[in-house]
Parts: sequence; structure tokens; C-alpha cells
Amino acid sequence: MRFGVIVFPGTWSDVDCFHVLEKVYRQPVEYIWHKDKDLSNFDCVILPGGFSYGDYLRCGAIARFSPVMDSVKSFADKGKLVYGICNGFQILCEAGLLPGALRRNADLQFHCEWVNLRTETTDTPFTGNAKKGQVLRVPISHGEGNYYASPSELKRLRDRSGVVFSYSTADGKLTSDANPNGSIENIAGIRNERGNVMGMMPHPERCCESIIGGKDGKVIFNSIIKSIASRPQKRKAS
Amino acid sequence: MATAKLSPELRKSLDELALTPDEYQLILDKMGRDLTYLELGLFGSLWSEHCGYKHSKPLLRLFPTKHRRVLQGPGENAGVVRITPKYSICMKVESHNHPSAIEPYQGAATGVGGIVRDVFTMGARPIALLNSLRFGPLTEPRNKHLFRGVVSGISGYGNCIGVPDVGGEVQFASVYSGNPLVNAMCVGLIEGDTIIQGKAAGPGNPIMLVGADTGRDGIHGASGLASRTFEDDRELRPTVQIGNPFLEKVLIEACLELAKTGHIVGMQDLGAAGLSSSVAECAYRAGTGIDIDVALVPRRAEGMTAYDVMLSESQERMLVIVKKGHEKDVNKIFDKWDLHSDIIGRVTDDKMVRIRNNGKVEAEIPAHLLVDAPQYRLKGIPPANLKTIQNRNLNNLPVPNNLNDVLLKLLAAPNIASKRSIYRQYDHQVQDNTVVPPGRGDAAILRLKGTRKGIALKTDGNGRYCFLDPYAGGAIAVAEAARNVACTGATPIAITDGLNFGNPDKPDVYWQLEECIKGMSAACKALGVPVISGNVSLYNESRGEPIYPTPIVGALGLIDDVSTAASSAFRQAGDDVYLIGPDTPELAGSEYLELIHGMVAGKPSISLAMEKRVQRFIIAAIKRKLVHSSHDCSDGGIAVALAESAILSNIGFSGAWSSKNRKDIELFGEGQSRILISASPSDAEKLKALAKSSRVPLRKLGITGGNRFHIGTRVDLPLNRLVSSYETGLQQALA
Repeated sequence: MRFGVIVFPGTWSDVDCFHVLEKVYRQPVEYIWHKDKDLSNFDCVILPGGFSYGDYLRCGAIARFSPVMDSVKSFADKGKLVYGICNGFQILCEAGLLPGALRRNADLQFHCEWVNLRTETTDTPFTGNAKKGQVLRVPISHGEGNYYASPSELKRLRDRSGVVFSYSTADGKLTSDANPNGSIENIAGIRNERGNVMGMMPHPERCCESIIGGKDGKVIFNSIIKSIASRPQKRKAS
Repeated sequence: MATAKLSPELRKSLDELALTPDEYQLILDKMGRDLTYLELGLFGSLWSEHCGYKHSKPLLRLFPTKHRRVLQGPGENAGVVRITPKYSICMKVESHNHPSAIEPYQGAATGVGGIVRDVFTMGARPIALLNSLRFGPLTEPRNKHLFRGVVSGISGYGNCIGVPDVGGEVQFASVYSGNPLVNAMCVGLIEGDTIIQGKAAGPGNPIMLVGADTGRDGIHGASGLASRTFEDDRELRPTVQIGNPFLEKVLIEACLELAKTGHIVGMQDLGAAGLSSSVAECAYRAGTGIDIDVALVPRRAEGMTAYDVMLSESQERMLVIVKKGHEKDVNKIFDKWDLHSDIIGRVTDDKMVRIRNNGKVEAEIPAHLLVDAPQYRLKGIPPANLKTIQNRNLNNLPVPNNLNDVLLKLLAAPNIASKRSIYRQYDHQVQDNTVVPPGRGDAAILRLKGTRKGIALKTDGNGRYCFLDPYAGGAIAVAEAARNVACTGATPIAITDGLNFGNPDKPDVYWQLEECIKGMSAACKALGVPVISGNVSLYNESRGEPIYPTPIVGALGLIDDVSTAASSAFRQAGDDVYLIGPDTPELAGSEYLELIHGMVAGKPSISLAMEKRVQRFIIAAIKRKLVHSSHDCSDGGIAVALAESAILSNIGFSGAWSSKNRKDIELFGEGQSRILISASPSDAEKLKALAKSSRVPLRKLGITGGNRFHIGTRVDLPLNRLVSSYETGLQQALA
């Protein structure tokens, strides 16, 4: 089994992530209930979008105390892939697996729309198939995607290629008009220093089939699958 | 019938419950004894207009509801139609007008919550939300506040539960000032044909209450708030419920998991009138009785009486009728989702609704007395001044000198301008099914995963037309919703409706209600689409005047191959543009007439036979891939329809055609059964042949291309000016 999709109460992108992996990619995939703790079966764990625990208090603030999160931490410590999308990104920040925080969108409104993402680094298991600077068209759907990091965190991110995606124009320019939520330095997605944990606000699982608007999300899933396949310690897929 | 002497306290109670003294006497006669306070409350709730459909039920029987596809017609929580051998669609519209007038965010949010429960109660997975909204003009600060609050409420609730909001419409008119209309529609998918009904079958079976605890919120929501007009909103605020979308999301998952098991015989959501109506309706539908003890109901407030518990409209609660012996299995599912599931009573065989408080019986009423509210068939009278308004002479209105300005004004008008700033706040993509999102086509299209098929969804309604001629307006509402669905290439197969009217005790309002329903029924019959569910909201008045009669139609269509779905945007430069349908634009009830000439007048009309032919034509043309874009020609007439197709595609238009009509009527007049299409010049002969065999008029208007928008000598504008008016109109009105 390669992929696990975590289900917190209030998660809703679980079904979309599962659909893409199962139907578009024919990959082995299982749901992981938030009260489960055993992740030994998985190569990549996805924390999908949604409103875990209603996002009450703060986005991801309650979900990070779910029993599964201790296991996610040790899973990440082993160098396995952890991928947070939207609410999953918020949970990873709250859990301290990624630096920074997500605040309310600058205009205080929820945004569901297509944005352009510039690929800042290809040196990750999540973007290995992309070209540096490649612009991907991916939807966002969030009310609290306004990324913030302290000046020191920001410097570390910059120095160690921690920024993976930035909101950009279609031709790859980082302008304020291209920034849908007020994120600092147009940051849309980041990775940890080891490179095996990534979080991003946009939803690649919503753009893997042209009939629903686009296929650019496949760049990310292709990268993950290729990366897992090329890992030396991998077990045979069931 | 003797009228009981009423003490001042009793009069006050009756007034709170919106029961008339005559109705009270009728209850006493039927019961043959005095009532307990709780019994009075139960009757008040169930005999409210909102629950009892006292004025509308006899009229609703006029709707055609039968069709081979219909698995569940009106009368249950929602209607169901079969769309493929494997899948069925469940859908319904519901209004939350008065709560939204008082507290727009929570009013709209709980409106969404309520309609979603109506759908998953049936065992259907909610796959789409739509809405229809009406507000007073945005020039008034209160209307802006209501508008912003309602949109935020829909966004806040809908986004959290992971159901895409794929379509809607909004209109502004002064008759809705202070009494906005908030109609929400939910669409669910059922695999196979296992429908869960709200039936308390099987005496001895336990009744469980699941979900949220019960509080004091929403008491008298159905009777006091939804079933009368209101002037001073302050004291009504506690009658508005507070929504918890997270709980709803968890409840959806738990209930759908439960629906797949064989552990239950029925499920019913708690909506208007809370526990009162749900237990009474479940017993009545199954021909059984119900015996519950309010002491077993988990609460979130201290000191609640049996009356409070029974009439509370606390949200996110469901009643589950469990198969005896399966209680623990049911508990297990709800425990997994950290939800309560408490047995509060049992099904009985004596057809009584029996409510106990710590064992002591506080109410005992035959279920049919509660559910069968009296029905009123009144004699409607047309409004006294209607003939004058219909017959007003519109021929001597001045033709504006500058038609470019008129077009830009229309495109910027909140009724026509882009609604992107609204739908951008709604998640319209979650669940990975949205093929045509809001703003791209005349209806939303969702795919059915694992098939080539898809469904088209649209809500529509035009209060102005219904005000001017409720029969024609009702017919047009159905025809236009169905036409929008047809314009994507889908065949309309069913509708659900939301009927929003004023106070039915007024003969002219009752007449509007009756005429609208007759007109809608005629259109449903002509187009072969059954009504499978609906909602009625009466007593909508603004400053003592009734709103426009506003039936909202939610239409469902079926398309065999979603990849063929047509968008309303032009596809490419060099295509021919045609108008399909009759050459009969009218000023009656048009946006142009109100916006430019400040008049709401005339008598709109429709030929249902022509409508049917036009819809058949467009569906066939799209299926044969002869059409590159297809757009219903509605508010703002031909000029606005052409402009919208150009704006959406960023492709210009140039055309000229001769017409016997006055310039402004030709460009901005509105007429039914008209569709704008673009097509490759190489398919011209095939299109003409199809139009001829379909017996629909087709005439060429021009060609696509360039960066200007140009109609003969009358309109000539750079495309980007059209875009800017259309894209910023609504935001400027809100600023």
C-alpha cells in the first residue's frame, strides 16, 4: 500500500484525493481514520482539505491533537512523504511540521478560483517532474490561506529553498494582483528542510482531468509516484 | 360552531402560534376536550402555514407529479428521479426568507443546513447546492447589509460541509426591501434505488434522536416567523436558529453510513417545528403512533419545559427509527463520529402522538389531526390596478439617442452584471464533478463519475413577469429554467419549486398564487417535466406591500455525454451567430423598461408549443455537435445576450440584421423561447435544415471575432468596455 488519505471529522477533500489516486492513477490507496495510529503500511500520507473540527478556534488547531498526528510526526521523522493540501497544510503548520501560519485572506472573503503557481524548486519529491519556473494552473478554495512566517523563518525558507510554489501571473511574475489572499511574498506552498513534508493551499486533486477544468495537478502526483518508485527501501506495492 | 371564550393569556398564546380563534375552536371540537399547553403548541406548529400548507395544498395538487422516472414525488423530505439504471437524483428547494431578514448570516446558513438535511435524510449523498436570492435595491444600506450577510452565510455553511455550490441567481427590486428571499436548493445522488423515507414503521421499534443537543433556539420559528408578516424584528431574533456546519458535515457522513446498513426503517430531519413535526409526520406517513419522553432528549439549556423541547428548532438533529434489536449497531456508527444517539421513545400501533415528560403524559393527539391541517380554498381577485398596468401604452416611449450607453448601463445593472464576486465565495468544485462551473454556461453541469453522463442544474424565476401576469410568469419561470438546462445540451427531466408570495389572506395575493401555480403546471405539462418536490413561503411583505409573486424553479437535466456540453461563451472567431426562436421581443416587464424608463408594465407572454420545439432543437443541435456556444436570450434582450457571449469568451462580435421592430425593442426587448447560438459556417446548411424540420425560426445575426462589439449603426463599442461594465457593475453597486 502506498498512499494513505487521513480523514479528520470535517475533512472533505479526502474523497477527491482518493478518487485521483484510485481512478486517475490506479494507485493503491486507503483512508486513514484520525483515531488510527498505525501508518507502517504507507509510503505517502496525505492530509487533505476541508474544515477539520469545523476549523473552530483556528484552522487545524484542534486536528493537530488527533491521535493520528503523533504517528504522522514519527512517519515524517523516518523520511516518509507527508503532503498537506489546504486544511492539511494548516494542520501541518499547527503541528509544527512546517513553519509559519495561515491567516484569514486579506480581503476577509473565501476564494474559490483558479490561480497560477510558479514552481520555485524542483528539488523535492513533490515537484521532481516539474521544470523550475514552470507555471501550473490550479484551483484554490479557502478563507484562511494568507501565509505568514516570521522574518527569521522566512529567511530560512529562502536560504534553503523551502518555498515550493508562489502565486504568480500566467507568465510567472510575482505581482500583488496575482496573490489571491495576501500571503507574504506570494507564498502558496512550502516544504520542510529535509524535503519530505510539503504543504500548499491550492488543490491539485481538483485538476487531474481535463473534463473538470485542467490537468496541471498531475505534475505533483506524477512527481510523488515517481519519487516513491525510485526509493531504495520501498516495498512492493500490493 | 361555538367560539370559545378566550382569556387574554390564551389570545396571546394563539397569537404567538399564529392560530386563529376559529382554528382553536376547530381543534377543541375535534379533540372533544380542553388542550394542555403543550398540545396547543403542537397544533400551533403543525397547523402553521409553513408546516401545514393551509393555503397552498389544494393548489399544489394542480402540479403534474407523475412520470416513469419519478421514484418519489412531493410529500416526502425531497423528491427523487431515476436518471440511469444505477443512479437516482434527489432534490428540493427550501426558503429561509424571514430568518434571513432578521439575521442574514445565520438565516441563510441554516437555510442551507436545512435543505441539505432534507436530502441526506433520503439516503442521498449531497452533490450540489444552488440558490435563488432576492433583495431590495443596493442603494439602501440595509439591503447591502442583508445581501452581504446572506452571501457570507451561504458561503460559511456550504463551504464547510464540502458540497459544491454550483449555481444560483440573484435579482434586486424594491418590493424585496426588508424581506429578502433566500431559497436554497440541494441535489443529492442515490446509488441504486434505496430511498430512506421518514416513516415510523413497525410498532415497538425504538426512536432515536441523533446529532446536536436541543436548546431554546428557534422556538416558534415555523409558526411565529415563517407563517405571518412581521414589522418589528427585534423581538423575533431568538426565533432564528444558529447553525453548526461542522456538526452537519459529521451528521451527513454518519447518516449516510447508517443508510447503507439494514439497521433502520426510517429517517427524518428535524426542521421547522422541530421534534413536533418530525414525530407527527413520521407516525402519520407510516399509519402508526409514536410515544416519546422529552426527559430523554439531551439538552444544552437548563430548565427547558416539554413545550420548549418539542418546539425547539435547534439545528443539525435527526430522528432515526431503528429496527428493534439493532440499537447497538446504530450507536456504534454515531459513536465513531462522536455523535449522540439516544433512544427517546418507541413506535406504537395506536396512531397517537403521545408526549411524556418523565413518564407523565403531557400531550396525546391522534397523528392525523396534527398533520391534516385545515385547508383554505379562497376566492382570488386580480389586483385592482393590474389591467391598467398591463395595458399601459409603451409605444410612445422615447427611443434613447445613445444605445451604446444603454447597453453599458444594462451590463452594469446588478440584475445583469457578473456575479463572480458572489460565486467566488462559494466552493463550486469540491467533489471533483463540476464540468461547467458558475458563470460559464446557462446551467451548471456535473459529471457522474464512472460514466459519460452528467446532470445540468439551474435555478430561475422572474418576479416582475409574475407580477405583471402571474399565469404567464409562472409558465415562463418553468420554461426558462428548463430552457437554460436545454441550452447546455441536457434534456430537462424534473423540477423542484420554491413558491414565495405575500399574505394569502389578501384576495389579490391568493389570486397570484393560484394563477402562478396554474401557469407553472401548464408549462410542466407542455414540456413533460414533473414537479417532484417543493416549498411554499407566504407572508412575504415589504412595508405592508406584498413582494412580487416569485416562484423559483430548480430544474434538473440529463446529458448523455458531458464532453458535448455547450457553454454560453463564443468558442472561436469566424463563427456564424444565429438567433433561434420567434421574432417577438417585448418591452413588457423587461429590465430595459425598468432601468431606463423606470417602468414595470406590460403583459409578458409565452407560447409553450414554440418553447417545446425550440428546446428540442437546441438539444438535438448540441448533440449533433453543430453548435459552438448556446445562450438563452433573457434579461436585457438580444444585445445583452450577445454581449455576454462575447465577454465570457473575450471574442468580439459584428452583425447587422433587418427588423420590423423599433430599435430599442429589437435590441433590449425580452421575449421567450429565444436562444443565441454560434456555429461554424460549414455547418450552416445542416443547422438550417434542422431548424426547418424542427419548425423553429432561425436567423443569422452576424459573426464572431475581433475586439469590438458592433451591431449595425446602433451599437459600436470596444469589447473591453463591455467587459469592464459587466465585471465591475455589482461591486460598484455594493461599494
